[in-house]
Amino acid sequence: MTPDLIVFLALGLVAVGAAVGMLLSRNAVYSALFLILNFATMAVFYLVLGAPFIAMVQVTVYAGAIMVLFLFVIMLLGAEHLERHTSVDWQKPVAVLLGLGLLGMVGYLLVSGQVTLGTITTPEQGYGSPLEIGRALFTEYLLPFEITSVLLLAAMVGAIVITRRDAPNRKKR
Amino acid sequence: MNETLLLLLEWTIKGALLAFALATGFAYTTLLERKLLARLQIRIGPNRTGPFGLLQPAADGLKLFFKEELTPANVYKAAFLMAPIMTMVPAVVIMAVVPWGPPIDFFGRAVSLGISGDLNVGVLFLLSVASVSVYGIVLAGWSSNNKYAMLGGLRSTAQMISYELALGLAFVGSIMLAGSMSLMDIIRHQQATNWYIFYQPLGAFVFYIAMLAEVNRAPFDMPEAEQELTAGYHTEYSGMKFALFFMGEYIKMIAVSAIFATLFLGGFDGPFVEQWPLLGPLYLILKVVALLALMIWIRASFPRLRYDRLMAFGWKVLLPLALLNIFLTAVVMVVFNVR
Repeated sequence: MTPDLIVFLALGLVAVGAAVGMLLSRNAVYSALFLILNFATMAVFYLVLGAPFIAMVQVTVYAGAIMVLFLFVIMLLGAEHLERHTSVDWQKPVAVLLGLGLLGMVGYLLVSGQVTLGTITTPEQGYGSPLEIGRALFTEYLLPFEITSVLLLAAMVGAIVITRRDAPNRKKR
Repeated sequence: MNETLLLLLEWTIKGALLAFALATGFAYTTLLERKLLARLQIRIGPNRTGPFGLLQPAADGLKLFFKEELTPANVYKAAFLMAPIMTMVPAVVIMAVVPWGPPIDFFGRAVSLGISGDLNVGVLFLLSVASVSVYGIVLAGWSSNNKYAMLGGLRSTAQMISYELALGLAFVGSIMLAGSMSLMDIIRHQQATNWYIFYQPLGAFVFYIAMLAEVNRAPFDMPEAEQELTAGYHTEYSGMKFALFFMGEYIKMIAVSAIFATLFLGGFDGPFVEQWPLLGPLYLILKVVALLALMIWIRASFPRLRYDRLMAFGWKVLLPLALLNIFLTAVVMVVFNVR
């Protein structure tokens, strides 16, 4: 066993364990915490694969910003205790069936040898560094990048407008 | 011995050194704070334990060990236990990318001072760890099952998220000047030119205020507004669990001071640091102590802000100022053709 494989197996165990914990936990706050652990493990995966920039962004955006908002909503609404029976109970057996089906299909393809996994080569030095990503974003992908930023700005303005329904009635400060 | 083992040994020693330095730094920061506050208020401060009260932190620590550890009946146990740890860990981890000095020659082996100062996403690492450090506080507030703790936790989380934006934007000026996200490159560039506090006074100002809010220090110590919230998120904590919160808070103070020193005061830079690399850590410590003293001075001078004023200040003053700083830096760099 190579060190890479040991690291991969350990990380995979944590990631899958966290995902299962998230699904099985009866308390929404603990579910959110398991999801954070899962995101953090994904970040370590990116680090191992030689993509530190993506890893840091993963932690900042997903594990940091988005999950804090999730936790806020769960705590402020007092929605942490899930009902034992919900209106989507019928989905559970279907989900288990579909999941097992997918697992069986992928497993069969791998075991029967119809599909082989490609080998991963180590990326060259400097690949995926902030400098390279910045250069790519501002030259090759400039238009999509700018469109995304305008979209984000519009979403931000929209969020503010929606939450300020009572603005016209309010006294000017 | 082969190279891997040597590397492992090197990192273990450096990690242990850093942990030891931070723990000692925490203990003596509490003493510095008590002594300095006392002097600013024309008192004497602790002076009974050891010469000049130098053993006071040890006595405090011993006292906390003997305190009864209470876990209230209706708390969420797992989260209640995890919260102090999740506050403490990011405070220590964030120091991993701060370089302590130039590389030294250790028995014919080039050893870099610092855990990973040359990381090319160093500044992003700081931001990502800072964004995760909120969880300890929000969990402590929620798991205590107490309205004061909950309100304190939510308040400080909202505050930290808001000021994180200004903090992150204040980094950008330094990154633009150095043209790199590696903290080592930023320091090297400051050595070659000047300390960035001369080029980035506005950025440094915004950063300092935002970092006070980020570590919940006066005048932004909203979670501990004792008249309103008893003790905020750590109301229900006692004994060593409380001590961990306390420790996390002070280590965070040290860490953000070290980051400020690195970004704006040249980090380990100082006279003769290239000839004697071991002067580097000393200069860094001196700068950190000066910044800590400034924090304590501010605490003694300013009253606490009202909560809505604090949020308005963060969003309506500090954030636009940080954006203006980026804009000005970019314009000046283009006009004077700096890069």
